[in-house]
Amino acid sequence: MKKSTSKQATKIRKADSVLMKTVVYIMLGIWALIVLFPFYWMVLSSLKSYSAYSSEFTPKFITLEPTLDNYRSAFTEVPLGGYFINTVFFTLATTALMLFVTIFAAYAFARIDFKGKNLIFSLFLALMMIPNELVIITNFVTVTNLGLRNTFSGLILPSVASVFYIYLLKENFEQIPDELYRAAKVDGTSDLKYLFKVMIPVCRPTIVTVIILKVIECWNSYVWPRLITDDPAYFLVSNGIQAIRESGFGRENVPAMMAAVVVISVPLIVLFLIFRKKIMEGVSRGGTKG
Amino acid sequence: MKNKNLKALLFLLPAILFLGVFMVYPLIDVLIYSFEEGYNSASQSFFGVGAYNYSYVLHDTYFLQALKNTFIIVIITVPVSTLLALLISLGLSSIKPLRNLFQTVYFLPYVTNTLAVGLVFMILFKKTAYTDGLVNMIIKMFGSGPIDFIDGPYWAKMFVMCFYTVWVVLPFKILILTSALASVKEDYYKAAKIDGTPKFRTFYKITIPMISPMIFYLVITGFIGAFKAYSDEVAIFGTDLNAAGMNTVVGYIYDMLYGDSGGYPSYASAAAILLFLIVFTVTVINLMISKKKTVY
Repeated sequence: MKKSTSKQATKIRKADSVLMKTVVYIMLGIWALIVLFPFYWMVLSSLKSYSAYSSEFTPKFITLEPTLDNYRSAFTEVPLGGYFINTVFFTLATTALMLFVTIFAAYAFARIDFKGKNLIFSLFLALMMIPNELVIITNFVTVTNLGLRNTFSGLILPSVASVFYIYLLKENFEQIPDELYRAAKVDGTSDLKYLFKVMIPVCRPTIVTVIILKVIECWNSYVWPRLITDDPAYFLVSNGIQAIRESGFGRENVPAMMAAVVVISVPLIVLFLIFRKKIMEGVSRGGTKG
Repeated sequence: MKNKNLKALLFLLPAILFLGVFMVYPLIDVLIYSFEEGYNSASQSFFGVGAYNYSYVLHDTYFLQALKNTFIIVIITVPVSTLLALLISLGLSSIKPLRNLFQTVYFLPYVTNTLAVGLVFMILFKKTAYTDGLVNMIIKMFGSGPIDFIDGPYWAKMFVMCFYTVWVVLPFKILILTSALASVKEDYYKAAKIDGTPKFRTFYKITIPMISPMIFYLVITGFIGAFKAYSDEVAIFGTDLNAAGMNTVVGYIYDMLYGDSGGYPSYASAAAILLFLIVFTVTVINLMISKKKTVY
């Protein structure tokens, strides 16, 4: 008798946990839907023809006559291709310069014993607390006075140095045992050679993380480019999309706008799907948003 | 030794140069700007030193509106997004099949361009002459009239704003909380199970304390991020945020600096320093609370 009640209890508990699981899955499914829906909607709208889109008082969830016309107009009627190339160039140049600056600074902090190292490093760390909004005003004035508005140098230079990445890489460099460095020194290896032959290869994961975070940041940057460029020839995609929205294809051509949005969003999504693990790991180590 | 100092200097030179020009100098400069009265950016002259810029900003209705909007966004989105992220992460860590897929999907907003996807949100919520938009269609099914979320009443706009903000900030929070939950040692749960501890109690007494440092980390960074809200607003309501009545403090700073209403770096500086003081105060308060409450 006792046995059967306990059996029944397990059965109830099992039914309970099945119910729990179902609720959890439904909840997670709903949120996944909310996350995915805007992506679906932008692809869907970009495939509808302008006339079909405007005649739908009640928006339809599928389209039976997909067209690529909107993509054509996204590249011909507005300089989307130009924005795209600008952003790729800006991203590559900024990331490359940032790496150069970061690697050398991190190496100096991690491996060279120089006077005032701790003081300088503390000052660097203190800079981490300074919000961008505070320094952007003077930077705007500086860059304007230097005549660098509407140039790539003006766009790139202020975003090159990042204390946080220096910090991240320095921590990683320090994990490489000192013995290795001393042995290299005895062999007469120069610092530069040691840096490139040993430290950078060993710390590749961290460097890749830093690159990924910087690429995401560059691709999505909006505020600084908006302040510093008003010539569409130097717009990045974020500013481009804003310009398209305000004066692009005639105000109401939503399908063409959505085509532009798809084009802008695809590169990072593809990058993310390829390097999913790496990116999520990198962001959890050192990312924030906003 | 001397040789070493020189080498270090050489290695650090690029970083020091960049940080000096674009961070240290601006930091000093912004303070000076904020106290220079009547600064003229064309002639680079000013006629007095004092707190006038601060008083101007604090009496500017646009600033007060921006401050109000920012505070509302902060007060709504930080708790909502943190709680939602906690719920979703708990759900994620309780399942095995499909877990990776869900995680990947949830992370997508992090890698998308806020300006671009904001446009999609605007389309979904916008009511125009020839369509009420998708969201209104759904609202209609529940028997309510169409609401203009983009150009309509204040709280409708605020709702879209907060919804989009939560959508944008969740990926990061879910990611952090899921890895925090995964790092809680299995032994604790086993011990609780042997003792026959009810699930809710286990959650309240074990899970929450174990991940509390991460929750506080998210709350603190969430506050800082939300106080700096700006591009999400532009994404939904366009660049003229004052006209939409949806400006934020950061938006106010940029408007003062540049654009049709721009050319006033002193007012922008004063507003930026005020914002910094607010964020700083809130962060210190947060840290004090977290020190008291967190279990390490």
